[in-house]
Amino acid sequence: MSSGARDGARDGARDGVRHRARDGARDRVRHEASTTAVATETTELQKGSIGTSIPRKEDGRLVQGQGVFFDDIRRHGTGYVHFVRSPYGHAKIVSIDVSAALALEGVYGTLTGDEVAIHTDPFFEMSTPPGANIKDYALAVGTTRFMGEPVAAVAAATRELARDAAELVEVEYEPLDVLVDAREAVKNETVMHEEAGSNVVWSGVFDWGDWEGAKAEADHIIKVDELHFHRFSSTPLECAGALVEYERGTGQWTLYCNHQMPGIGAIWMAPALRTSLDKLRFVTHDIGGAFGNKICLHPSYVALCLLARKLGRPIQWTEWRTDQHTANAHGNERWFHDVEVAVKSDGTMLGFNVKALDDCGAFPRYEPLGCIIWAQVTPGCYAWRNIRVDFTQVTTNKSPVSPNRGYSRMQHLWLTERIIDIVASELELDPVAVRKLNYVKTEQMPYETPNGCVYDSGDYARCLDLALELVGYEGIEARREEAAARGKLLGVGIGSTLDSGTNNFGQSQLLNPELQFSGNNEAATVKLDIFGEVVVTLGTVPQGQGHETTASQVVGDIIGCSPEQVHVRPGHDTFFNSHAGFSGTYASQFAVTGLGAVKGAADLLRAEMIQLAAAVLQAPEEAIELADGFARIKDGPDEAALPFMALGAIVNANNAFLPPDFNPTLNHRFVYRPYFGNVDLEKKMGKLTLTYATQIHACVVEVDEETGVVEIVDYAAVDDCGVRIHPQIVEGQVHGATAHAIGAALHEDFVYDEDGQLLTSNFYDYHVPHALDMPTLKTAAIESPSPFTPLGTKGMGEGGGGGIHCICSAIQDALKPAGKPIVYDSCNPSHRVWSMLQDPEATRANVKVVSR
Amino acid sequence: MAEPSTSASISVEINGEVYEREVDARRLLVHFIRDDVELTGTHIGCDTGNCGACTIQLDGQAVKSCMLLAVQADGAKLRTVEDLANDDGLNPLQQAFSSHHALQCGYCTPGMLMSATALLEANPRPSEDEARTAIQGNICRCTGYQNIVEAIVAVNA
Repeated sequence: MSSGARDGARDGARDGVRHRARDGARDRVRHEASTTAVATETTELQKGSIGTSIPRKEDGRLVQGQGVFFDDIRRHGTGYVHFVRSPYGHAKIVSIDVSAALALEGVYGTLTGDEVAIHTDPFFEMSTPPGANIKDYALAVGTTRFMGEPVAAVAAATRELARDAAELVEVEYEPLDVLVDAREAVKNETVMHEEAGSNVVWSGVFDWGDWEGAKAEADHIIKVDELHFHRFSSTPLECAGALVEYERGTGQWTLYCNHQMPGIGAIWMAPALRTSLDKLRFVTHDIGGAFGNKICLHPSYVALCLLARKLGRPIQWTEWRTDQHTANAHGNERWFHDVEVAVKSDGTMLGFNVKALDDCGAFPRYEPLGCIIWAQVTPGCYAWRNIRVDFTQVTTNKSPVSPNRGYSRMQHLWLTERIIDIVASELELDPVAVRKLNYVKTEQMPYETPNGCVYDSGDYARCLDLALELVGYEGIEARREEAAARGKLLGVGIGSTLDSGTNNFGQSQLLNPELQFSGNNEAATVKLDIFGEVVVTLGTVPQGQGHETTASQVVGDIIGCSPEQVHVRPGHDTFFNSHAGFSGTYASQFAVTGLGAVKGAADLLRAEMIQLAAAVLQAPEEAIELADGFARIKDGPDEAALPFMALGAIVNANNAFLPPDFNPTLNHRFVYRPYFGNVDLEKKMGKLTLTYATQIHACVVEVDEETGVVEIVDYAAVDDCGVRIHPQIVEGQVHGATAHAIGAALHEDFVYDEDGQLLTSNFYDYHVPHALDMPTLKTAAIESPSPFTPLGTKGMGEGGGGGIHCICSAIQDALKPAGKPIVYDSCNPSHRVWSMLQDPEATRANVKVVSR
Repeated sequence: MAEPSTSASISVEINGEVYEREVDARRLLVHFIRDDVELTGTHIGCDTGNCGACTIQLDGQAVKSCMLLAVQADGAKLRTVEDLANDDGLNPLQQAFSSHHALQCGYCTPGMLMSATALLEANPRPSEDEARTAIQGNICRCTGYQNIVEAIVAVNA
């Protein structure tokens, strides 16, 4: 046990594991115990604050209530918006009468679908036909296709008045047949989007390696008829919204908002509004969580833009919680049918074949990207070489989806982990041994997957060992017996996940070769100003990830000052922050793209500062060092040192003596662009992402035999995201992703009835974890630096849904003595577990083993 | 018969300042604090009383300010997150939140701090379970609560 560990219960680390302290925290001792690390490659940059958990720059304002969230911004004469929303899942809009609303004193105006259809064009669709033919507008036009879809908007002097007025808008509906089940929608007996002529958005077959050959070589084929990954979302605590101002003279809109990916938002919005990108200025400051759910805000924002122009006044909208749940952004629901797995008798997995049916809700919006994003992690953590996936995505009369933490990969990784545990259970194999046998090995890295992705680095087996150690796997059989004596079924579960980060947008061409997206980029600027201020702007749009802090660490280490001296401007501003086409905060990439841009700009500034100091101090550049806020001659006299203030002042305000051919600016922009190369459209292969962080989760659960209630009694998550700039922030992301996964695995479910009514539209019915629902999380980390990134880092914020896989795994393990039921759904509240206990055969009928 | 009155004049002390305002009878206390008094540190995360982002202290008790009408606060003494820091800077609870990384996006943080403040006033050395119980009515979607609980327990440990 590590010396000084105060909290034995928390301390999962055992002898033989090296400990690494986290700086900056008052509780250094405890964290030393809970965070472990293997030796890392020491790069030149790690000598400064990189790798230490300095106090976050964001915290001071946020703990004092001084953050600036969009809803905190006030403007004179604002019109507050309330949307009139469809109570039906699917209905024809016969008429809308706004006259009673307009007659109310204090109502400034309204907007209806008919006006939207006149003043805007449908949003750009990424799919090929039939999905390409879907018409998606800011408000429902002619037909409403999901409960909560906005059909009209009212702007009034106060929020309350707007809501009252919205009640007075009379909408006549003619209900239509409702599709809530993707398995029905795919039959096309009712078609939701007439102009598309089909409910299918996109379909395609991915066939890598030689599935038929693998099948012939296998000793066993394990077949599973159906698995279901349910619908949930991260439900950020701050709802969506914006304050929009329109400037008539220039035609420019300013949106003080919480859009997390303004670059893409503008690409959707500007053509729809028939304007140019430069007319849309997005400003964010603090954002109250997003998790992907604030990427598809363009329909609401276009409605606000139209109202701001129509009414000539600032327009404010703050989404209500019920509306956030009902009509903003759900995660992708996915069915897996006719799963076949080819296995050798020793447990070696040769490959699998599956039909995936994805349900994107009423409109594709960011879709059909989810039809390819999963392919970043095609084989999961495993070395199977022969994989065939027949993928179809359909629309249903439910809330449109949007990327949601773990987007599309999480669903697929859940499948791969389900496969491993079902195979292990059916063939009586040890789930730990099967994983280790089939994991991609450290010595195989960088490892090319069957579809041409490259796993950059990692040690999955070691992460698994650490996780199992943290949950006390060694004594588990005795604990099973002890639990059984109390009427509890104890089970252990494992969730092996990869968090693929830094997208290659070229994968979109695998869906639609006409799309002109590929690669990735991110921008940052770093400047040294007159009084020695180091000022950084980011293209990213942070929502709690601490970008101001980590960017300052990187800049400080490169130019030789402390992070406190570096000022990173909070938030995003299209006009004043440098940004690139893919700017935003999404898809686990800031530590690579965002900090790659920061590093690039800081390197440029550093080079120029050295050049300038060399010129001023009359010394060769090699003799200059930057340290402690000075440019000085190495081992030189004290007076041979220029404070940063001197450098900034010389260039900006006192430059007459500089030679005519030397024009330093001390103000640098850098666009970081990872290299991917082209994707092979025919074979559907290519480098789809740059980095692969690992998270291996393990847990122990106890299931009450009588009620089916699941209690998590031990939980561990082991993370490997390469070099950690700020270990405490990394651990915080692990905690958060785990909480989302635990909520999803045990409670959170967007349930619709057959009429398309959402039954879980607020935090009463949609139960997210509260403090008492969360087990104590044990964490550990190893660092396998990425060979492909500027700092050896990997994006890691999404986490791959490890907790969902691991809890499903543990429940199945626990229920083994009760007739060996198979966990077939990603959400397992007590009623479902109880049903499995009552009728294990019903789930077993879903599985067959064909042996040679 | 006269029309029923739909507004009232109230006097509320917030963070030591007295505010006298005419408010709509239906005005929620949280909207009064945010929109009328313009203390925007108190947040709104739901419309059903579940999330606790709007937690303040009313006469020393932690309450969800979205579950009261502004008129119900007439004559009361309120304390919001803006009152926690003192002349020396962050108070020990705020400091603990920062050093334990008990916040990410910071949206739930004001409510968490106010629930924790009420707890620590009543029970200066809470156990982990007591800390979890005290913030059971506050939802955080970023942290998984672990660091929040640690921060609260550490304040007077």
